[in-house]
Amino acid sequence: MIRIAPWLQTNWDWRAAGNFICGGTGAGVLIFAAIAPVPGSAYRLLATIGMAFVATGLFCVWLEIGRPFRAINVFRQPQMSWMSRESLVAPLLFASGIAATWLGGGALGWIAAVFAAAFLYCQARMLRAAKGIPTWRAPRIVPLMLFTGLAEGTGLMLMLAAFPSGNAPSGWLQGILIVLVVARGLAWHFYRVQLEGNGVPSRAFDVLRAIHTPMSVLGLWGPLLLLLIASSFAAATWIAAIAGLCALGSGWLLKFTVITRAAYNQGFAVPRLPVRGAGGPGPAVKPGWH
Amino acid sequence: MTRYVMAADLRRCVGCQTCTAACRQANATPPGVQWRTVLDMETGEFPEVKRAFVPVGCMHCSEPPCMEVCPSTATRKRDDGLVTIDYELCIGCGYCAVACPYQARHIVHRATFAYGAQATQSEAVRFDQKRLSVATKCTFCRERIDEAKERGLKPGVDPDVTPACVNSCIAGALTFGDRDDPESAVSRLLAETLHFRMHEELGTDPGMYYIWDRKSDQ
Repeated sequence: MIRIAPWLQTNWDWRAAGNFICGGTGAGVLIFAAIAPVPGSAYRLLATIGMAFVATGLFCVWLEIGRPFRAINVFRQPQMSWMSRESLVAPLLFASGIAATWLGGGALGWIAAVFAAAFLYCQARMLRAAKGIPTWRAPRIVPLMLFTGLAEGTGLMLMLAAFPSGNAPSGWLQGILIVLVVARGLAWHFYRVQLEGNGVPSRAFDVLRAIHTPMSVLGLWGPLLLLLIASSFAAATWIAAIAGLCALGSGWLLKFTVITRAAYNQGFAVPRLPVRGAGGPGPAVKPGWH
Repeated sequence: MTRYVMAADLRRCVGCQTCTAACRQANATPPGVQWRTVLDMETGEFPEVKRAFVPVGCMHCSEPPCMEVCPSTATRKRDDGLVTIDYELCIGCGYCAVACPYQARHIVHRATFAYGAQATQSEAVRFDQKRLSVATKCTFCRERIDEAKERGLKPGVDPDVTPACVNSCIAGALTFGDRDDPESAVSRLLAETLHFRMHEELGTDPGMYYIWDRKSDQ
């Protein structure tokens, strides 16, 4: 059976999603670990966790590729490919991150944060460059992926701050998370508006519509409400940690859904059907589109 | 310059899939992998029903999104417009497959044969380990085109150096040749007819033209 309407791509599965999930969260942690006013010991813990996440994501990709022992070839085209660029940034991120961890942050921590930001940006652009998947190629996927990565990283740090050894400044992070969940909520809204405007495979749109409620409740209003409550309660760090968990979980849900379940391909379409016999041309055919 | 393209006359195609079979025979693709295939598109309601058969495959784009994303430089575009894959460089990441808006790329991780795990004699001879776990797609029968210069033949004119699908078409619906040569059969055909290219709005500048009517002054 030859399909015409868009169907779900199968080349990138949970392993690819794992790279975007772990890479985005890890990069977010590395960025805010450098910015947050934390002591050296806390920076070491946070940066190590951030790098572990990024490494886990890259390991997921390594599991996905068909010829893993040729993985070195991934570096060959930085002039064009965002995947090559992501791969080239990764060793710089780890080198600066390890050095910063050794020294307890400082200027090297900022350098690691810059590479983490570059890594996150490359990931967002990787999706944007995948022209065959309408839900990925929408330009507004870029701010969405950036803001969710940052929100996930902050959310994870807030969770860690609830532990006595966390040492992360919960109050400072709470303010950052409020800004980021609002920014992500807006990015999510405008991304969906763009998809509706440009057209999107109907089934992809249905998949995205199905996560709109969890994205609103867990990804935006839930964390905002919890952080508001946290601002006036003694057990603030634990309540804020739950808000962080919501921000983190909703971000992971978003990425997993966009990459594995809403990734319907372009399908086939013709702007008109041919003239046959005595009849005239037929109308355009583009099945399966919203 | 040379730009090899293909034209599919949708008025002529009868959907017989002979091109599909010829491609599979010529390129020894495994079960489930069809570098060339023909879509059966039907629209409308009785009695106003329209039907068309649309050959699809790699469009050998001038702006190939698959090449742009390929991290390994395995996918390249030749000066004559053919988009190629170097199986020795490809890492099988699948990025090109999700970047292609024509669903033209395939990655097969296990050897499969027409009658199960055991290859027939013909399949065993033609099986190519290099094609496992890497991206594959229509090559416009590159080996034949490469022979053209050596043998002094012309792709699109001489069957020996023309893609197998074009040679096999029983309805003469497929035409191949150099778009930059105004005297080539494909250029003349396109000059005489109304045509479109699929998903042109995505900016890929595809090398497959679909003819749907003659020009009104013809």
